[in-house]
Amino acid sequence: MSDVVEKTLSALPGLFDSQTGAARITSRLRQLVKSITELTSKNEEESLIKQELSSMKEQVSSPNTSMMREIMVRAMYCEMLGYDASFTYIHAIKLAQQGGVLEKRVGYLAVSLFLNEGHELLLLLVNTVLKDLQSTNVIEAYMALTVVAQVFPKDMIPAVLPLLEDKLSYPKEIIRRKAVLALYKFYLIAPNQVQHIHAKFRKALCDRDPGVMTSSLHIYLQLITESPDDYKDLTGSFVTILKQVVGGKLPVDFNYHNVPAPWLQIQLLRILSLLGKEDRSTSELMYEVLDESLRRAEMNHNITYAILYECVKAIYTIHPKAELLEKAARCIGNFVLSPKINLRYLGLKALTYVVQHDAKLALQHQMTIIECLDHTDFTIKRETLELLFRITNAQNVTVIVEKMLDFLHGCSDEHTIIHLVGKVAELAEKFAPDNSWFIQTMNDVFSTGGDLLQQDVPNNFLRLLAEGSESKEEDDQLRLYAVNSYLTVLKGDASHLPQRFLQVMSWVLGEYAHLQESVDQREVIRLLTQLLDQRSVSSETRVWILSALTKISEGQTDLILDLAESLSSSQDTVLRQQAQELRQLSQDSQLYEWVLPRGAPWDSMEVDSSLSFLDGFVSEALAAGAAPYKPPHQRQEELCEDRALNLEPYSFSLPVSLSSCSITDRQSPTLLSVSSGLSGNSTELSQKAGSSTLILEGVKRVWGRDGYLRQNETTAPPVDEPSAAVQPSGQQEAAERLEPQPEPSTQNQDKLQLASSLFVGLGAGSSMSLLGKSEAPPPRFRKKPRPHESSSSSSSGTSERSSDSSSRSSHSTTDSFLYGSLLEEEPATSISAFSHTPKSSTANGLAQNKDTKEDRRANTSQILGGDMVIVRPNTFQDKHPSLVSSDLTALLPADLKDLPHSDVISLTSDPSLSLSSCRLFRDEALLLVILISNCTETVIKDVAVQLTCEELETASLRGNVMNCLEGNSTSVCHYALLMDEPHTNVSFTGTVSYQTQPGHTNTLSFSGTLSAADFIRPLVVSTEEYGKLWLSLSHDVKQNLKLLTDASDPLRTTLNALKDALQLHVVDIIGSEGIVACRLLSGAPCLLHCRVNGAALAMWLRSPHPALPDCILYHCQRALAQH
Amino acid sequence: MIKAILIFNNHGKPRMSKFYEHYTEDTEQQIIRETFHLVSKRDENVCNFLEGGLLIGGSENKLIYRHYATLYFVFCVDSSESELGILDLIQVFVETLDKCFENVCELDLIFHLDKVHNILAEMVMGGMVLETNMSEIITQVEAQGKMEKSERLQDVFVEFSHQDLLDFYNQMEMIQTQLTR
Repeated sequence: MSDVVEKTLSALPGLFDSQTGAARITSRLRQLVKSITELTSKNEEESLIKQELSSMKEQVSSPNTSMMREIMVRAMYCEMLGYDASFTYIHAIKLAQQGGVLEKRVGYLAVSLFLNEGHELLLLLVNTVLKDLQSTNVIEAYMALTVVAQVFPKDMIPAVLPLLEDKLSYPKEIIRRKAVLALYKFYLIAPNQVQHIHAKFRKALCDRDPGVMTSSLHIYLQLITESPDDYKDLTGSFVTILKQVVGGKLPVDFNYHNVPAPWLQIQLLRILSLLGKEDRSTSELMYEVLDESLRRAEMNHNITYAILYECVKAIYTIHPKAELLEKAARCIGNFVLSPKINLRYLGLKALTYVVQHDAKLALQHQMTIIECLDHTDFTIKRETLELLFRITNAQNVTVIVEKMLDFLHGCSDEHTIIHLVGKVAELAEKFAPDNSWFIQTMNDVFSTGGDLLQQDVPNNFLRLLAEGSESKEEDDQLRLYAVNSYLTVLKGDASHLPQRFLQVMSWVLGEYAHLQESVDQREVIRLLTQLLDQRSVSSETRVWILSALTKISEGQTDLILDLAESLSSSQDTVLRQQAQELRQLSQDSQLYEWVLPRGAPWDSMEVDSSLSFLDGFVSEALAAGAAPYKPPHQRQEELCEDRALNLEPYSFSLPVSLSSCSITDRQSPTLLSVSSGLSGNSTELSQKAGSSTLILEGVKRVWGRDGYLRQNETTAPPVDEPSAAVQPSGQQEAAERLEPQPEPSTQNQDKLQLASSLFVGLGAGSSMSLLGKSEAPPPRFRKKPRPHESSSSSSSGTSERSSDSSSRSSHSTTDSFLYGSLLEEEPATSISAFSHTPKSSTANGLAQNKDTKEDRRANTSQILGGDMVIVRPNTFQDKHPSLVSSDLTALLPADLKDLPHSDVISLTSDPSLSLSSCRLFRDEALLLVILISNCTETVIKDVAVQLTCEELETASLRGNVMNCLEGNSTSVCHYALLMDEPHTNVSFTGTVSYQTQPGHTNTLSFSGTLSAADFIRPLVVSTEEYGKLWLSLSHDVKQNLKLLTDASDPLRTTLNALKDALQLHVVDIIGSEGIVACRLLSGAPCLLHCRVNGAALAMWLRSPHPALPDCILYHCQRALAQH
Repeated sequence: MIKAILIFNNHGKPRMSKFYEHYTEDTEQQIIRETFHLVSKRDENVCNFLEGGLLIGGSENKLIYRHYATLYFVFCVDSSESELGILDLIQVFVETLDKCFENVCELDLIFHLDKVHNILAEMVMGGMVLETNMSEIITQVEAQGKMEKSERLQDVFVEFSHQDLLDFYNQMEMIQTQLTR
């Protein structure tokens, strides 16, 4: 009896104090922790934990659930310290399965800490989770939801999905919230599986509980980041929500330091900025609420700064509005000048972001930026350098790179070094003022970056040296300088140099040492051989050095034989082989000539990557019964097919796997039936895929090859500084003028000096070109000079010289500069111009160049004397008094009318202008015609079209600049586009700027997609030629396609369908086989061999270009699916 | 998204670690060590943000930390999180701990590791911020604490059989009668 009383009394205190209960459980833990803290060495800790773990192992084998909870907590502690307690995992799962609510909680917690998504034990948990989700006990459902969002096997999602969907309408809000987040988690790990519940996400967004709505924003932020266009319709809702939040309509519970739901505001602002990006009409919806948030966020607490920062970012991301930009700029000022270091950091971040749109803002804060450069805080310094990187131009590059290298020398964080070194290399390539600086800087980059350096830095550098620019003389000078510099480096102590640097040096010496005639080649060989002897040199580098030696060994037989001798006993087989080769080559000068021809152009080397000379051997082997070759990925796939279990439900996984497989995993037999059965679905999906790629590529191009591309001409008011234009001296004064400091103290003098060198040439493009003509050279190094680029740079140079800079208005200078450097410009004011200037659209050297120059001069004069423009008769309007968009094709210039063309597609429009496009298929290029219609009655002036597409090359363009566009008239500009590298779809973006009133420039941006099919032309060959060509081509792809079986001659019907869709040339049809040929504009051919194979069309594509067959195959599939 | 939440003391001893992405055991330990190394050498008067660190700092991740007396609270987040927002989230977390433990100190975290994890689970779920309202978090934690209590009560009473209870009351009665006498 007395023991009963004792029991009661001992249990009672636990009822009154919530913490002692836990204390009772953790008495062993307390002991453990106590003994751990008393330990002095890592060794002792290790032995103690080992002891502990083994005692735990004993305890778990004797089942006692109350002990179990304590053991779990101890195991968590051990795992946290980094010791393996994996034997408890299974017990954690058991605890979650069998225990009461409390045990379950510990069990679930332990599971979510111990196991990851891929862990096999998790499968054991699935049933428990399912049971708990269905439980009537809210707490159990609650815990199950938590663990689902934490760790859940991807394959088991379908099982739990319906239960989670039910939970979305659960009465308790916390359960709904958790369900929303769990679904988001599923979306992240397996987006295909939750495709169908997007409607439910919308319901969650409209939930009566603000908490549930907040959780759904996580999903929307993700979805909108992926494809903003699909969610534009929600903009209104988000704006309304934000308005209500900012207006304090939420319950007071949501306030944090008197700010209404700050985290919610931040999330909404991010969503809005994504939606409003490059979308004028959507942006207009949010101006008001952004203004309101800016106003409401009073500067009093940390969290309001967080909101302000997001606000500012949003304002600079969406379509610009001058009034808001001004406020945002002031806000950034507050951040940058704040004494609080966190805010200053954010201010710098904001500046870095904003400087892409408005470089002048950096000028306002130049003194602060310089202070930050010397700040003790590593993070601030780094961010400042990031900002400087964005404002680098040809004038301040030396100072900025020097600052970056200084920072690098004192930096020990590997990640930062890699990151920054890459940027230095980029700047050096882009803006290097002269050879010696460039080589010195790159030397610094290689020695500081060491072996952490990303591989593409040395690769790019070497390619730059090898490919060179236009003039051979300049290239040789650069190479010579490099050779000299490396010889000096190697004469010193080379043992500490990073391997990558040594590799670069040996390659350069091998290629170009012969350029330096004053140095004996024997000396070079001696230096390189010396390197070989050093122990610190890795075997990879030795291979590089030996290749270099092979290249310069000609005529130095004695030295080389010694070397080959000493290396022939090397441990390294590769080295030994190379030494052997070296010996052979040095003894046989004829062979040497043949293998390593001196002075041969670098890119003329032809490599038969198809190994076609082995074709005979292969066919012999095949005839002898050998198995045909299968590429590795196919072998892998076949293996997987045998083994893997398909855990996804059929209804969802099938179309998805089809779309993802169709390009990569061809030849799989199962696909065949799938593609024929699901033809309707697959087109839909492929279109979806197309739209998702479109968004990825539609990102505005702000940084181009030549540095920052100034796009927001409209946002920055034109900087006209007539006084500066007259003063010849420039920089120093300009910098001082921009930073009005009445009395700079002597201490500040240094900083001012630095400022003037850092921020030089930043003001605006116009003042730069006016002030320092000679200091703004075109970028020195171009990786691969393209014909239109070279001609444009030279023509812009001439135009600058020929025109009288002081009499020109600064605006026109900027314009012509801008277009001159981006694209070849050929201003033509109206359509009438086309009819009497029938010129070839392709860029062809001098004639074209001259035309451009003349046109440019004409253009300048037009701008100067505006009258000329007005009197120019608009013949076009007389011919077509009323314009209907459907017959816009009739507007095409006469010389283009006969070409095959696509339908006219409307691109974009605003109240004044409407833009549409049409594709014309010319033999040597695709003509993209952009029709610009003035919808108003009034004249629109200074219309300029600018088109960008990274994947395509613009061969020529016409009519992209017009002085005026009469009311209700239409003008045409066209671009001849070439596709060098096949891409299935490419997107282009562009802007039209125009003036409705003088001094007020509007911009209208547009975008569109072109498919590879637009660039494919028939290749007319005979059957024999086809046969020859077939053998010489290397890259082949096979795939089974759908056969159009409904006609009497399926093969012919199918091929004709393909021909219609893709402009192919059907060479011949023999029995059940057909051969088809096409080419990518005037470039690579692609041959198609088709054979009827049951209900399918077995297609075999061959091309010299690896990506082209894939591309054509994709479009064939689409064409057939759509048929 | 939040990638990881780490708490360690001034000597780098981990007091709590929670990873929302999978790393191997060794990597996790290395991350803790490296983060401590990065954070501990920073002065008090520098900013609370940190980029870099090879493991967790790759790509766009950044570290946001606060230092309270003996403990460092470090959140590793990607670019989709607001820096200042997270900084205040840490503040909310610590204030909540303070409320739940009544003047929280390092020892509380050591001895109630499971409770700390439970509190955190109310704020951050699978790397997403679930709740930022302190009173709401405390309500949830207390609701579960109550459940804990009630279950313990059940434990206590289940151990008594009817016969035991009868004996107990009889004994009490006897004692009472003896006392009153």
